[in-house]
Amino acid sequence: MAPLLTLTELHARYGDSHVLRGVSLEIPAGVSLGLLGRNGMGKTTLIRTAMGYVRAAGGTVDWQGRKVTGAPPERMARLGIGYVPEGRGIFPNLSVRENLVMTARPGPEGARDWTFERVLTTFPRLAERLAHGGQQLSGGEQQMLAIGRALLTNPRLLILDEATEGLAPLIVAEIWRVIAEIRGTGIATLIVDRNARAVLAHTDRAVVLEKGLVVMAGDSAALAAESEALARHLGV
Amino acid sequence: MDAVFRIADRITVMVNGRVIASDVPEKIRVDPAVREAYLGDEH
Repeated sequence: MAPLLTLTELHARYGDSHVLRGVSLEIPAGVSLGLLGRNGMGKTTLIRTAMGYVRAAGGTVDWQGRKVTGAPPERMARLGIGYVPEGRGIFPNLSVRENLVMTARPGPEGARDWTFERVLTTFPRLAERLAHGGQQLSGGEQQMLAIGRALLTNPRLLILDEATEGLAPLIVAEIWRVIAEIRGTGIATLIVDRNARAVLAHTDRAVVLEKGLVVMAGDSAALAAESEALARHLGV
Repeated sequence: MDAVFRIADRITVMVNGRVIASDVPEKIRVDPAVREAYLGDEH
């Protein structure tokens, strides 16, 4: 069976800056992939190019074996990708309830695993704040809302960029607990987070990007044991 | 990152809005708190 998402020799540029220099990776159904790299190494650009926000300057994007290079984000979403962007993208003037239900729908193959009620069970804090405006939430609540909103599209693949950025330690632990729960349901995930150790502990496989290239890739447990290489590519 | 270490005489590292280390580059590079900040810990 073809992987859900396959990126082959993907390139991206911002003006003269060659940000992705031929990145290949695949995410099979149900697999959790960590994406690591220091700031500015191309992680977010990789996601945004796969999603169709950034034009690929070369290479291909395939979804379940079908070429979708250059497809716009709304089509990628319809194919079954839930995207929680860095900064979360909460609609500030909509209530928590409205943010959740506005894009809710069955999945691409009719899956209805994630319902409004299930999201509230997963994130009890959201249940207490349904009438609050998006701008009234703490950063952690906004992240829960963004994840809940993505889950309500019943995705096959959930992408989390900077999953715990700027959140208090207790909330960070809560987000990782939810990520583990989501992983357990069989949704494939692509996870970016500053905390490489946590990413490796919560994923099946991982890739490390440096200057737009994959410099390490493999099983997360095996990569976690390569402390020296990790420090070289991610550390100070 | 490499550029910062090459150019700076002193480096200050901030995590979650707090300064966790401020020292010369050689000391920053081996500071356990800084190393953990960059590689993280399991949650």
